[in-house]
Amino acid sequence: MKRRSLLKGIVAAGAASAVAGLGSRAAWAQSKVRMGFIYVGPRDDYGYNQSHFEGKSAVARLDWVKAVDEENVPETIEVVKTMESMINLDGAQVLFPTSFGYFDPHILKVARKYPEVKFLHCGGLWDASKHPRNVGSYFGYIDEPVYLAGIVAGHASKTGKLGYIAAIPIPQVLRNINSFTLGARSVNPQITTQVVFTGGWSNPVKEAESANSMVDQGIDVLTCHVDSPKVVVETAEKRGVYCCGYHTDQSALAPRGFLTGSEWNWAKVYIDYAELIRANAEIPNLVRGGLREGIVKSSGYGPAVSAAAKQAADAVRQKFMDGSMVVYKGPIKDNTGKLVIAEGVEHGQTDITLESMDWLVEGVIGTTKG
Amino acid sequence: MRLLEPLLIPLAALVVSLLLFGVFVALAGHNPLQVYHSIYRGAFGSWFSWQNTLVRASPLMLTAMCTALPARVGLIVIGGEGAVVVGALAAALVGIGLNGVFAPVAVIGLMLLAAMACGGLWVAAVGALRHYRGVNETISSLLFNYIAIAILNFLVIGPLRDPASLNKPASVPIGSDNMIGNIAESSVHWGLAYGLLACLTLWLVVRRSTMGFAMDVIGGNPRAAYLAGLPVGRLVILACLLGGAAAGVAGMLEVAAVHGRLSSSVNAGYGYAGILVAFLARHNPLAIIPVALLLGGIRASGGLLQRSHDLPDATVLVLQGIIFLVILASESLYGRTPLSQRPGVTR
Repeated sequence: MKRRSLLKGIVAAGAASAVAGLGSRAAWAQSKVRMGFIYVGPRDDYGYNQSHFEGKSAVARLDWVKAVDEENVPETIEVVKTMESMINLDGAQVLFPTSFGYFDPHILKVARKYPEVKFLHCGGLWDASKHPRNVGSYFGYIDEPVYLAGIVAGHASKTGKLGYIAAIPIPQVLRNINSFTLGARSVNPQITTQVVFTGGWSNPVKEAESANSMVDQGIDVLTCHVDSPKVVVETAEKRGVYCCGYHTDQSALAPRGFLTGSEWNWAKVYIDYAELIRANAEIPNLVRGGLREGIVKSSGYGPAVSAAAKQAADAVRQKFMDGSMVVYKGPIKDNTGKLVIAEGVEHGQTDITLESMDWLVEGVIGTTKG
Repeated sequence: MRLLEPLLIPLAALVVSLLLFGVFVALAGHNPLQVYHSIYRGAFGSWFSWQNTLVRASPLMLTAMCTALPARVGLIVIGGEGAVVVGALAAALVGIGLNGVFAPVAVIGLMLLAAMACGGLWVAAVGALRHYRGVNETISSLLFNYIAIAILNFLVIGPLRDPASLNKPASVPIGSDNMIGNIAESSVHWGLAYGLLACLTLWLVVRRSTMGFAMDVIGGNPRAAYLAGLPVGRLVILACLLGGAAAGVAGMLEVAAVHGRLSSSVNAGYGYAGILVAFLARHNPLAIIPVALLLGGIRASGGLLQRSHDLPDATVLVLQGIIFLVILASESLYGRTPLSQRPGVTR
């Protein structure tokens, strides 16, 4: 009898707290901007997903924003259900599904079903003629800080051999490799960049193997474009070579050899969006920007960076900031000797043709066939 | 009373797991009752949650078969992921090749057959290696997964790549007419029906046919089965073939009901989750249905746990792991509970 009344008490307490929880939810539903963030990997991956989580955390600190997030959501029907769940159970007004693979077909499908919700996708190419109005995309010209990292790497390298560990040969990755190499060769035209494609965004074993074999070949600056640069940066430090970070700040992982890195600044993007929603303003369908717009930034210089390198990189940074810098300025040959950008042709950062890049610049050792 | 044992022991194990999970949640600084409530709300609390659960359960029903059927002949196969990938690959090739050539019904039928054949042969090869060459089937099926995924990535980045898929390499679409739609007005695709049908059919095969009985004999004692004149090799390979075919269908559904094309996203881990389902269901195809629903529900509620309680995604994995261990440990209870004593018999 006693035990039964105790059980009843527990059930009642549980029910009461649940009801209380629902009550408070109804309260914030009225006043706050409700945002949902979805990551394909873990929040603390030292890389791409963490960069978005940091952005989410920054916007969540605003007291008029309620931000929820979910990690490790695969690019399949599960992300469809996560989006719908955030809309139906959390009342999200705007969703940020951050992985490329979420866009087609998943975001497009859910967006048609919920026309009153905004779907803003990182990296996807929103197309006014094909895609719903409540979908948009945002991305940063991260190859600008990557170009600067190339300059720093070019100064630091003694062997003239740089190493780039990349996931798969898609335009965004190729553009980073090319910008890095162009930056380095602006210092010393003899420099080469060895590329290895690991075949996947998260493949730590292959990343470590590639890093080690590159160091064995005499490469003395490593960088990468994979979801989490942690393995490459730590391996470089362990082997006593320099490294450049990517996605987030990895300087703590390589206190001796870290040169600089290229970071996303999603906090700015997400806070801007939140302000627009709060003001009930029109949300642009395409948001792009580089160093000047504050969407990307460089990590602080490590102790191994020389004064000359800092000066050279900062001079170019200034040109990026005032808009006078053009990375893809002809003549540029690819690494098979073919002229890909003719003399006198300039492709500025916003040029859409750069977003379908399928070649590697002269000085890169590797092929786009993977 | 003895008949109740297979029902009561797993249920008791489930309750024990939930209590242990409650301790874990409490140690992580959360109120277990609220977390239980969120799991219920996210998995079964509303029609929306039910659909979320059903959609996640259907591939698990199919991939679980890839471990459950070979287990009946005594093989521990963990190659469901590879069979899913190979099935998706076969279905996509057929769908792309025949898009517009035949009527959608015929294309879907042929995609299904191709996925079953390729997934089946993929895992049958594991069974054949085991039977004829003595290769450990657990290791070889795991390695087969890596081979399948590597082939998929190669084809998607290389020969099959649609040049228009810039930053997300994928094949050209199979055509929206050839897609499998949703059941009535729900958001659950017809893959659920494929899963249920596969579980029921294969249950009849393993529990109500002589072939199924022969498989159980082989699983119990292959040497005795051999001496009894059973075609051991043929049945071992057949069990693998059927299991692989079921997992192949899961791959076909990823292409024909979810993605509409082939990309690396078809490799989403359902094959590995299916291993857990098969063991929890004690390799009984009929029991796979409720277990897949339970696991699907837990996975469906994972999002809500992250969002409402700030618990990491790994929380759901912890719950899955606890359930797995407790249910495996509870296997030793069969025949030893008060329920299993026949009245009037003393030992």
